[in-house]
Amino acid sequence: MTATRRLRELVLDGLSRSFGNQTALAALDLKIEGGEFIALLGPSGCGKSTALNCIAGLIAPTSGTISLDGRSLDATPSEKRGFGVVFQSYALFQHMTVRANIAFGLRMRRLPRERVAARVDQALALVQLDGLADRYPSQLSGGQQQRVAIARAIVIEPPLVLMDEPLSNLDAKLRLEMRTEIRRLHRELGLTTIYVTHDQEEAFSLADRLVVLREGVTQQIGAPDEIYYRPTNLYVADFVGFRNAVTMTLQRRDGDAGVASGHDLSVRGRVAGDGSEGPVTLAIRPDDLVVGGAGENAFEITVDAVEFRGRSFVVEGLTRTGQRLRGTSAAAVAIGDVATLHAPSDRVLLFTGTR
Amino acid sequence: MRRRLAEHGIDRTLLLLVPAAAFLVVIFLYPFLYGLVLSFQPERYVGVLGNYQQFFADPFLRDTIAITLGLAVPAALFNVIASVPIAYRMRGAFRGKRLLIGMLVMPVTLGTVLIAKGLLTLLGARGWVNRALLELGVVEDPLRFVNNYWGVLLTLIITGFPFAFLLTLSYLGGIDPMLERAAATLGAGPRQRFWRITFPLLLPGLAITFILTFVLAFAVFPSAVLVGEPAGETRVISIVAYRAAYEQFDASMGSAIAMIMGVVQLAVVVVVLGVRGRLYRGPSGGGKG
Repeated sequence: MTATRRLRELVLDGLSRSFGNQTALAALDLKIEGGEFIALLGPSGCGKSTALNCIAGLIAPTSGTISLDGRSLDATPSEKRGFGVVFQSYALFQHMTVRANIAFGLRMRRLPRERVAARVDQALALVQLDGLADRYPSQLSGGQQQRVAIARAIVIEPPLVLMDEPLSNLDAKLRLEMRTEIRRLHRELGLTTIYVTHDQEEAFSLADRLVVLREGVTQQIGAPDEIYYRPTNLYVADFVGFRNAVTMTLQRRDGDAGVASGHDLSVRGRVAGDGSEGPVTLAIRPDDLVVGGAGENAFEITVDAVEFRGRSFVVEGLTRTGQRLRGTSAAAVAIGDVATLHAPSDRVLLFTGTR
Repeated sequence: MRRRLAEHGIDRTLLLLVPAAAFLVVIFLYPFLYGLVLSFQPERYVGVLGNYQQFFADPFLRDTIAITLGLAVPAALFNVIASVPIAYRMRGAFRGKRLLIGMLVMPVTLGTVLIAKGLLTLLGARGWVNRALLELGVVEDPLRFVNNYWGVLLTLIITGFPFAFLLTLSYLGGIDPMLERAAATLGAGPRQRFWRITFPLLLPGLAITFILTFVLAFAVFPSAVLVGEPAGETRVISIVAYRAAYEQFDASMGSAIAMIMGVVQLAVVVVVLGVRGRLYRGPSGGGKG
């Protein structure tokens, strides 16, 4: 497939949408560069699909603008935007063959018959559906239908591809396979992509940058590792797997590093947020809170739950002051044992402010 | 044995069908067979097919097939075609939708006689329209709007439209709206979205809608008498069947005409279903098949 009309930048400026008095999306600001893979991440109802539909032109934003290479798209209807969209339900045309489905966008562009055929063949090869061109969508498996939907969206060589939870209808194994496929297509074609998902693992593995949304409000925009290791607030931290939220008091702060205490515990970690004293909330991933591990932070718990996780055990228990902590152990631990959990201070977050 | 039968869907729950089957036999099958046999026993015996020969030999009787088709086919076609744009506009939710549907469906509750009366009051020789035209001096003699072909056609449209509309609306509701949105993102304008996506998916449903409104219109009787010209232009097949049976007391001829009526209806239904069989009839959703 030939190089796409490459977009230079897509700018969302204060993009908002309300339904009645319900705000689905509140002032999303985002600048996307050509070739970037952006994931909009959040639980259902966070506004990520609303944002995608606004960009696709399928719903009108209440306020804010979308501009493509400096040109506003506000007055451009969906059919004139030329973005490729992959829908969660695939939205394949059931009365058309696979070939006709993929050719649809090209025929709308009135391409000559031979060019349509050639490009459809290319697209079919790209998504590895060569032999199935004359089948109807209902004769295909879920994964194959997904490939048709992707081929149909990218065959028009769109400057921007929008994907709305494209893998959520597939089983776990197929989901991994298609994820690899989507990454491969993105690499090969350099398509600028906005990908909506509620699956953080999917978002981390695919995207160059993530936008975490909650109830329509942008929580954090950043690279996967940035969001994974340095969530800016407790909500994002919780969403990307931080647990062990204990309310403590910040004792001192030196740049990012800080010491907090409370509930008979003392913790050294990285402070997120403003202020050098006052209440803070502790956050540590269970994977980073290890029985018999190293690090200056030590927590003693009486184990009351153990879960086998293959390579390790997840252990849970209460500290002497009754705070529930969840950590990991390489070796089996018995219920009722007293275990000491350690966490390196660079993996411990202290969020200032009250919860 | 019992398990083998059960695998083919044959088990004791089938007994639940007995009342319905008995009803069908008593109400439909027996009268049908009785009429069929009766139709082969003409009053003045001239052979088994005597009634049928007479029907097709006499233009007064024979032409009723063409007359009835001439009313029922245009009425059914019009109703199907008119219901599509209206139902299409009424997809999705909007304020007052239920009221609008209620108004469109109202004529169903009125009954043919009431509608005929209404049409006569409005469009008859001494109806409001003619009186207004006379008073204004636009015409010197009242115009003939009803008591002819057009009066009956209008009645068939008024009574048949609600059925066609409701059916079309529900068939349209079965088409995933995401499909049109997907087509839009692929560059299809509103017209192309309708003609290339929605219409092909709707067509099999429209065929069924046509059949139902056609069958309804083909049996036209009261309006053909009340707002038609039952001796001429609107001498429909059910009128001659009625006359044969209840005015000439020739139940055998009446039965024969009823049989011919059934065969004509069946022929139209078979043709339409045959065409429908060539259309796409799979799921009209967009998701996994």
